[in-house]
This record gives sequence, structure tokens and C-alpha cells, in this order.
Amino acid sequence: MTGVSTSERPQPLIVGAGPAGIRAAQALVKAGLRPLVVDEAPSCGGQIYRQRLVSDGRSTRDLYGSEAPKAEALHRDFAALDGKLDYWPQALLWNLRDGRADIMIEGTSRQVAYDGLLLATGATDRTLPLPGWTLPGVFTLGGAQIALKSQGCAIGSKVVFLGSGPLLYLVAWQYMKAGARVAAVLDTAPFAAKFNLLRGLPLFPGIVLRGMRMTAELKLAGIALHYGVGDVRIEGASTVAAIAWRQDGMEHRLACDGIGYGLALRSETQAADLAGCRFAFNTRDRAALPERDAAGRTSVPGVYIAGDGAGIAGADAAERAGERAALALLQDRGLPHDAARAATLEAELASIGRFRDVLEAAFPFPAHWARDIADATTLCRCEEITAGEIRAAIGRFGVHELNRLKAVSRVGMGRCQGRVCGAAAAELLAHETGRGIEAIGRLRSQAPVKPVPLTLALSAQQQEAAE
Amino acid sequence: MPLLHRLVRADHPAIPFTLDGVACEGRTGDTVLTAILTHADRLRLSEFSASPRAGFCQMGACQDCWIVLESGERLRACSTSLTAGMSIVTRRARAA
Repeated sequence: MTGVSTSERPQPLIVGAGPAGIRAAQALVKAGLRPLVVDEAPSCGGQIYRQRLVSDGRSTRDLYGSEAPKAEALHRDFAALDGKLDYWPQALLWNLRDGRADIMIEGTSRQVAYDGLLLATGATDRTLPLPGWTLPGVFTLGGAQIALKSQGCAIGSKVVFLGSGPLLYLVAWQYMKAGARVAAVLDTAPFAAKFNLLRGLPLFPGIVLRGMRMTAELKLAGIALHYGVGDVRIEGASTVAAIAWRQDGMEHRLACDGIGYGLALRSETQAADLAGCRFAFNTRDRAALPERDAAGRTSVPGVYIAGDGAGIAGADAAERAGERAALALLQDRGLPHDAARAATLEAELASIGRFRDVLEAAFPFPAHWARDIADATTLCRCEEITAGEIRAAIGRFGVHELNRLKAVSRVGMGRCQGRVCGAAAAELLAHETGRGIEAIGRLRSQAPVKPVPLTLALSAQQQEAAE
Repeated sequence: MPLLHRLVRADHPAIPFTLDGVACEGRTGDTVLTAILTHADRLRLSEFSASPRAGFCQMGACQDCWIVLESGERLRACSTSLTAGMSIVTRRARAA
């Protein structure tokens, strides 16, 4: 690790070392720039291509399955940039202001001036609260996958996977392959929705067929696949003991000690918000996202965005979007850039975008969640606020905007800053007020975007005062 | 009953730590979250209702896995590597 560049023009800053950040860094280095890459993880790859802390006898094929060559290429290509960029792993960008970034690294905060900001902040699981979802043993699908991939652990001795989206079947299949006991896969979407995948066949036959093969292998292994699952309740006193649900008017119950749960993904947009980017509602993701052009330019000159942090499109899209955004940065600086390559990348991204529409139809959002969620269910995990308390606050204060709801109920005000409860709070507010989900505003991001020690914030201010 | 079950790395070099005063062993390559949850079924008690919590996202987003060391230092278990000699406390109701 080296310090901040002392050249006259500050270096470009890339936030995130997943597929988008890696390809962006590679393109900038190729053009002769020396970016600074900051990433929270100890090694590159992002969540999807996350690396283990130590080797453990498993091959990359064991870890990443069919995507192993892509994972290896990304890890290798980023390693090859060593010496040509500055890379700060285990570094948290916690604030952005006036062209400077506050970054926590090794217990201190550094303020970095940048010229060109490329955000590749990725995504986390989208979840909607359920009775019992705070019980130990319930993890997100991504969390269940990290336990397996990065730590070599199963989240239980009898695991149920719940939710919808491609990740539901992928993680269940990875657990099965790793020798863990998978009790069932509960899909909140109806089986009929899966016929939409046939529309995806001409676009990306390999992906569709791989998904079908995984589903078939789960079935062959005797794992029950249930579709159209609703009214889900997770039971247990101090840990998960069982899961109950309703399906075709019938009650079902299954003993289990681990649950992986997720309903597709949600973008991490806090840094874009702090950078001043304009947001617009995105119907497919049911979320406000930073506005961007096809190249990844945001509404703020010199700020670019790529990968799942700009809207959910997956790892293949992230690689392309990262490179495309880097080419835009070069072009905007008046540097040589490969226009033909840029056009190819945009065409590929558009094609992936059409496929995302198919996936959304095959794994639809559970439309009636806000109507059905029981008052007693904890909606906000940090502040422990129930759905009923939020409904009461909406009624009592006549709230119809999300930040106002946060002010009167504390939902989204906890340590996660609404990363976990934000989607649910928005759905509930929209339902209770009879408004569209696009018409109730979005939670504003606050620095620090993740908890940092108070002493750290002070040191950053002192540093500024000293300048 | 531990929450997490090791499928690999069971024979990696041991890392000693204490969990609520009891001597335990993690393995090289463990996060603090893994080290605790391969011995126990929770990381902490929640601030308001004192209900058990054991993390959720495991990728540093949900902030559900903050724990305290005997020294009073707070850390996020999912994104901190286990180091020898850590004295971890899960019994205190308030980890905030």
C-alpha cells in the first residue's frame, strides 16, 4: 500500500473491488492513469467472487461452480495491476464532500482528494420482514452463501431456503453440492411464473439451461421444491426450530435449524447519494436509483457508477459496466478511449437488461406483502419497531413521505441506515397511504454511511481544521 | 447447540479465544462470527427487547453482528478476523 498520489492532478477514486471496480481499474490503468481503489473486503472479488481468508482444500470450481473461470480471471487481472494503482483493502469510504472522500483504514481516517469518482458499491440481499426473521439461524441468501463459500460452514444441519430470485436456487444447489442437508426450497413466486424463463432462452440460453439443470439436480437429490409459498412464519424460542407456510390454501410446517432468505437484491447507493447524484425511481428494482446514462455517467460531472450499485443486473453486467464507465471517464478527460469497445459494451449491457426483465417476471416481487404483514412482526431489526407501530405512526401523523416516517417512527434510523428495513418501510408506507411505491420518496443517506468510531470522526475534522 | 457447522478447515491451526470466560478454539481463516457461532447459538442480545441475535447478512451491511470484547472494544463480527486471545462477551444485554 502506498500513500495518496502527490501528482498535481489527484488520482481517480474507485469505490469497490468487485467485478465492476476491477474492470474499471483495469481500463484506467491501461490508459495510463493510476486510480486509488478502496474496498471493504480483505481481498478483491466483491460478494459474488469473494475470496477465502485462507485456502482450505477446495478448488475455485468448488467455490464458484460454472463461474470459476470468471472469478479466476478477475482475481488474476486485478493482481496483475499491482504496482500500477493504489489499492486499499479493508477500507471504508464513509463520507464524500467537496471532491474529497473520508476513508477509514487501519483504525484511522484519511481524507483523499480525487479527480473522477467511480462508484462500484454493489448490492445486498433484499428481504421483507416475516414473523421470526430475527431469530438466530436466519441469514440472508447472500449471508448463507458467504458462510459456505468464504468460511466453509453451513448455516444449519437442516437448512431451508426461502424467497425468490436466481440466488435462491443457486445457494440451495451450492449447499447440496457441498454436502449440507437441504430440507426444502420455498419459492414465494408461483410455479407458472417460471414459464417466463422460456422467453430468456433466446437471449441467454446458457444461463437459463444452467438454472434448469440446478433445479433438476435439487429435485433428483430428493429436495422438496415448493412454489407459491405465502404467509411464512419462522418458529423457535431462542433459535430457528421450524418454518410454517400456506400454499394452495393448505398449512405446511417443516422442522429446520437454518434458513437462508432473500427476495432478489437491492443496490447500495449511499455513496452516490453523498456525492450529490440525482436519483430516479426504477420500476424493475422498485427502488430509487442514481440516474445515469448508458455509459454510467451520473448527474454529477466526474462521478460515474457501475455494477449492481447502479441497479441490479448481475456480475456479468457489472464487469462490462465497470469498463464502460471507465471509458467514459477517459473520454470526459479528453484522453484516448476505445469508442468501438464502448459501443460493444453498451450493446451487451442492453441485452443483459432485457434478460433482467425476464428474470423479474420469473421471480416476481411478493405483491401482497405490505397488505399481509402482521402488526406484531418486527419490521426494523436495529430499532426493533413493529409493522403495527409503523402503521400507527403513519396514521397518527398523516405521514406520506419516507424520511418523515423515519423521523416519527425511527424506522431506517438505526445502525443499518435502512439497508435492511428500507424496502419494507417503503412498501408499507405506499400501501397504507394508497400511493404508488414511486411516490413516497426515498431514504436520504447520512455520513457516516456505516458506523465508525466517534474518535475517527473527530480525527477527520481535526485534519480538515489543520489544513 | 452451535449455529454454524464446519464443512472444511476443521484441521486448520487452532486460534485460542474466550467466549464469556470459557476457553474456546477457532480455526485459522475464521471470522469472529464463525468462531463464535461454531460454539454458540447467538452473538448478542438486542438493545431493546434483549432477544438473541446471530447476524444476518454476513457482508457488513445489516450491522446485526456487533459484539463487544472484554476490553469494551466493539467490532463487527462478520468482517473481523479472529485473533488469538480475544475475550468475547455475548451475555451483556447492550452491545451498543
